[in-house]
Amino acid sequence: MATTATTPRMWNGGRSPFNLEYGKLMMWYFLMSDAFTFGAFLIAYGTTRFATNGWPNPNKVFDAAPFIGHGFPLVYVSFMTFVLIISSVTMVLAVHEGHKMNRRGVVTYLILTIIGGLIFLGSQAWEWTHLFHEGAWWGRNPFPNYDGTVSTTNFTNFFFTITGFHGFHVFSGVVINTIMLIMTLRGTFDKRGHYLMIEKAGLYWHFVDLVWVFVFTCFYLL
Amino acid sequence: MEHTLESLAEEQHVGGGRKEIYRVTIVLTVLTILELALGFFMMTMPYESIGRDFVRGVIIILMLAKAFYIVGYFMHLKHEIRNMIMTVVVPLFLFVWFIIAFLSDGNSFRNNKNKWDRDHKERSKEQMPVKEENTHELK
Repeated sequence: MATTATTPRMWNGGRSPFNLEYGKLMMWYFLMSDAFTFGAFLIAYGTTRFATNGWPNPNKVFDAAPFIGHGFPLVYVSFMTFVLIISSVTMVLAVHEGHKMNRRGVVTYLILTIIGGLIFLGSQAWEWTHLFHEGAWWGRNPFPNYDGTVSTTNFTNFFFTITGFHGFHVFSGVVINTIMLIMTLRGTFDKRGHYLMIEKAGLYWHFVDLVWVFVFTCFYLL
Repeated sequence: MEHTLESLAEEQHVGGGRKEIYRVTIVLTVLTILELALGFFMMTMPYESIGRDFVRGVIIILMLAKAFYIVGYFMHLKHEIRNMIMTVVVPLFLFVWFIIAFLSDGNSFRNNKNKWDRDHKERSKEQMPVKEENTHELK
């Protein structure tokens, strides 16, 4: 009697106390760790900026947009931000249709989300190419500080590293969403009886949007 | 196994709904427009001034509000079980220490360098030779 193996009040497996499917819970913990990676990058950027005399003015550096040319700060990046927010909205709608087991709806909204992701990636490619032609790259910074003094290459190094890392996340998100689209078209989730996989892909896609909120603010606005 | 997952998918359908999605979309759009308006307004101020730092602070608060809406509603975290929310949110509070410690470290590094390394301070006043900027053709 003194050596009872089971204590009745403890959870002994079975139903999850978090009321979440295993994969979804693990996606949350992966995203939390990814948040620390991005956080570390952005804080390193902030620390370097605080440790440097002067810094280039983002409104002078990022002032170009396709078709209209130079002298329009914030215009193109706001377009990119809106594209990502709207693609996040279509992703929620895809998840929503998944709850209703509506395959057609999921397909429509997934396609819209993928298009949004591709527009964002294309915009970023345009911006990188433009900056490269202006002479900016890792280790090269043609932009002087806001007061005309000599600037450091840390500015371009951090910009390309962090937007590149984010762009790579967007790229993986587009690939994941495409796989989800193919699986939906083949009826995999209808056979399974639930669209939980779309929710997991959705979590990742929203996280990509969330990170852009921070990257956009730190590089283009502040 | 299949059956429990199905019932789980059913039960998770709490909150949400199209109305909430559209409401959050509008909130996010308005917050972004506000941020951009402040960004344009900031350009009229001198680069290093208290006014500009104040606007920067407001923009950071708006940014955190946007993050809250994306995580809370789009990622559905607000409708999860409280214990689960805590396992994700509590570790993120490390960022409070992280940001304060590192930014103040960077700041004191700059101050010390300017104070003790005169050469560094003089060099950071040198003007950068103007390269031909904005010359490449836009397509």
